[in-house]
Amino acid sequence: MQPLIHINKLNLFYTSFHALKDVTLTIPEKAITAFIGPSGCGKSTLLRTLNRMNDMIPGTRIEGSIAIGGTELYSNEVDVETLRKKVGMVFQQPNPFPKSIYDNIAYGPRLHGIRSKQKLDEIVETSLKSAALWDEVKDHLKRSALSISGGQQQRLCIARALAVNPDILLMDEATSALDPISTLKIEELVQELKDRYTIVMVTHNMHQAARVSNQTVFFLSGEVIEYSDTEKLFSNPTDQRTEDYISGRFG
Amino acid sequence: MSIFQDANRKQIANRRRVDWLLHILFVIATSVGVLALCALIIDVLVDGVARLQPQLFTEFPSRKADGSGMKSALVGTVYMLLIMLPLSFVLGVGAAIYLEEYAGKNRLTRLIQLNISTLAGVPSIVYGILGLTIFVRLMSLDRSLIAGAFTMTLLVLPIIIVSAQEAIRAVPKSRRDASFALGATKWQTVSRSVIPSSLAGILTGVILAMSRAIGETAPLVMIGALTYVAFLPNSLMDSFTVMPIQIYNWISKPQLEFKELAASGILVLLALLLIMNFSAIMLRNKYQKNV
Amino acid sequence: MQGEAMQENNQPQTNVSSKAGAYVFKNERVSIMNKVMPVLLFLCASISVLTTIGIVVTLISETFAFFQKVPVFDFLFGTKWSPLITPKSFGVLPLLNGTLMITLIACLVAIPFGLASAIYLSEYAPKIVRKIVKPILEVLAGVPTIVYGYFALSLITPLIRDIFPNAGVFNALSAGIVVGIMIIPMVCSLSEDAMSAVPRSLRDGAYALGATRFEVALKIVVPAAFSGIVASAVLAFSRAIGETMIVTVAAGATPSLTANPLDSIQTMTAYIVQVSLGDTPHGSLEYGSIFAVGMTLFVITFLLNILAQYIARRFREEY
Repeated sequence: MQPLIHINKLNLFYTSFHALKDVTLTIPEKAITAFIGPSGCGKSTLLRTLNRMNDMIPGTRIEGSIAIGGTELYSNEVDVETLRKKVGMVFQQPNPFPKSIYDNIAYGPRLHGIRSKQKLDEIVETSLKSAALWDEVKDHLKRSALSISGGQQQRLCIARALAVNPDILLMDEATSALDPISTLKIEELVQELKDRYTIVMVTHNMHQAARVSNQTVFFLSGEVIEYSDTEKLFSNPTDQRTEDYISGRFG
Repeated sequence: MSIFQDANRKQIANRRRVDWLLHILFVIATSVGVLALCALIIDVLVDGVARLQPQLFTEFPSRKADGSGMKSALVGTVYMLLIMLPLSFVLGVGAAIYLEEYAGKNRLTRLIQLNISTLAGVPSIVYGILGLTIFVRLMSLDRSLIAGAFTMTLLVLPIIIVSAQEAIRAVPKSRRDASFALGATKWQTVSRSVIPSSLAGILTGVILAMSRAIGETAPLVMIGALTYVAFLPNSLMDSFTVMPIQIYNWISKPQLEFKELAASGILVLLALLLIMNFSAIMLRNKYQKNV
Repeated sequence: MQGEAMQENNQPQTNVSSKAGAYVFKNERVSIMNKVMPVLLFLCASISVLTTIGIVVTLISETFAFFQKVPVFDFLFGTKWSPLITPKSFGVLPLLNGTLMITLIACLVAIPFGLASAIYLSEYAPKIVRKIVKPILEVLAGVPTIVYGYFALSLITPLIRDIFPNAGVFNALSAGIVVGIMIIPMVCSLSEDAMSAVPRSLRDGAYALGATRFEVALKIVVPAAFSGIVASAVLAFSRAIGETMIVTVAAGATPSLTANPLDSIQTMTAYIVQVSLGDTPHGSLEYGSIFAVGMTLFVITFLLNILAQYIARRFREEY
């Protein structure tokens, strides 16, 4: 597994609150990396720096280095729109736009300048297929995206992210609002997607991290306590705090 | 050139240019409102400040601009407020309490609620027509202070009811439960727990409604508040005038001096409104801290 | 015997009192309030219904009497309105024309500027700017209409006459523009309410796909808030139709079917004011005509308000 994302001594402040402290980390390509830790530990914050969604929160300040494929994210080498195109994101709550299923998927490609109907049709079909949703919705693409179930909506959001052809997919507790069966479907989907995409997921569910991911990072109060292969972290953690957390003593 | 800048460079530059352009446009559009207010205030100040003298408050209107004041209008406005305030407070808050605390979820309640929101959109001059027919003619109150106050009460009731409802709705259910659990009756709970908790919010709405009433002209013109009143009303049945009507009267005169008088009248009116709005904001801030 | 129990109770406010070990759950004094208050409060609430009934009955009965003397057809489709000069003629179209012209100009000002301000405040403006601009707009909304009338006459009209020397001292354009300025805050605050009801997560979803701010604002937020925005526009329209003092002061008193905004016109509302300023005897034709005109005004604004409520409710987005 080649490392793709390099994070070195990253510090992040929300006005005066020190949200990430000296985070140093590498994230491998074409694999699943899980961020775990109690709420407020900074795992979502770090995830949102990877596509610079934190930019929109006034008073955010960043120090240190965060680079994808050798490019510093906070340099003027980066257009934030292109970054977000290459680094897709799926959110905690399914958030389809109040438009048709088709228009939801086509929204991103259209933003980035694709106008041809034929090309868009193609993208919609492949994206929905990649998200394992095509068979369920292919006959009513014009229906409102709000008419399908929550689990389907979340897979639609994954398809929407895939439609702009990203390299990396960020998932911010993407199954926490779903029922167990929908969760399972998305976990299976993620397993399939890792051959083509680098996936970083935040989860509050340790079992999910253990089941799904290749590498796990444990956060506590804005610091990375430990990161390693998922198997090793869960069976043989080196830090006492990691052990306490995964054995359910706090969090 | 990095992987986050490739083929789309030009397209993204274009989109950003559009974003920047629209941003400027939106700022300009927003400042139109702000600038309009500034222009209005400066315009009135320039025209009116010269005649902003004690005689404005001590003299009755007269044929000559130099000796004219708005004493009768000022007093008329204050009298009208004094009559309206208790009337609209009791009726408005009463209706709000009924709708929030007592009314069942049935068709009648929905009808009343719909009716209130519709009334809020009825042009004020239509209230004038109503007042003219019911109070001036039918109840033979004539063109009196009381007829004017009744008409204006009906006009501001929807505003008071809606804002009082919001204030009452903001009182947490736990506070009612605590009162009931101590053995209080419905009315005791409402009068000793719900109303005190929402009083600041209710008063804010009442003040805003009163400031609406101070500025209203059309309905009072309809019911025949006079434009030329050289005496102070002595009883509820006396005829009267109010500030906006006096201002209207001055505006409609062709001579420049009366335009200036109108502008200084407007300054007084705006100052009064500013004081009322300011106290409403203070109340609202206090209220937000408490809840 | 329950009365005795109450007298022995030195805390009459409590509902529960005991006598010789037996519980008595009754307190007469308290239950009277509990019976009377709901009735009194209901009477307060019913005033609003009575107001509506009063308006409708007044308008209908007086309008009916008026139509005994002036045929409905002549009123609705007549092209000449001259109630004071014989031969009297009561065709409402010139007044309607004046009202619509004012309303159209006002909406051309209020809707674009109000909506753009709403987008700016909801999607672009930093917190500090919102904190300053919103109270200013509130003040703008609270300025009495007679003051706006003065503003139209003393500042806007001279400006217009500088640009268009053939404009009248009283003209529809000046009054219309100022009515528009007056309703900008209403359009802005209602549209902004609708836009801020659009959940944060939808914006995040669009930003995460690489959208810029205007793309989020115009392609996600505005469509999602569309019903609220349309409702605010309809209300603005209705408000402009009912506006009285600005047009009375600045638009003139010349009922006409002109299409030239630089001409003096008369609106329905201004006509009603004009008649009630004069000493019109009860029962005369002019007196009756204000009810017919008032009825027309009421019906139009009433329908528009219902329409706005219907749009806001019927098409409320479920995000």
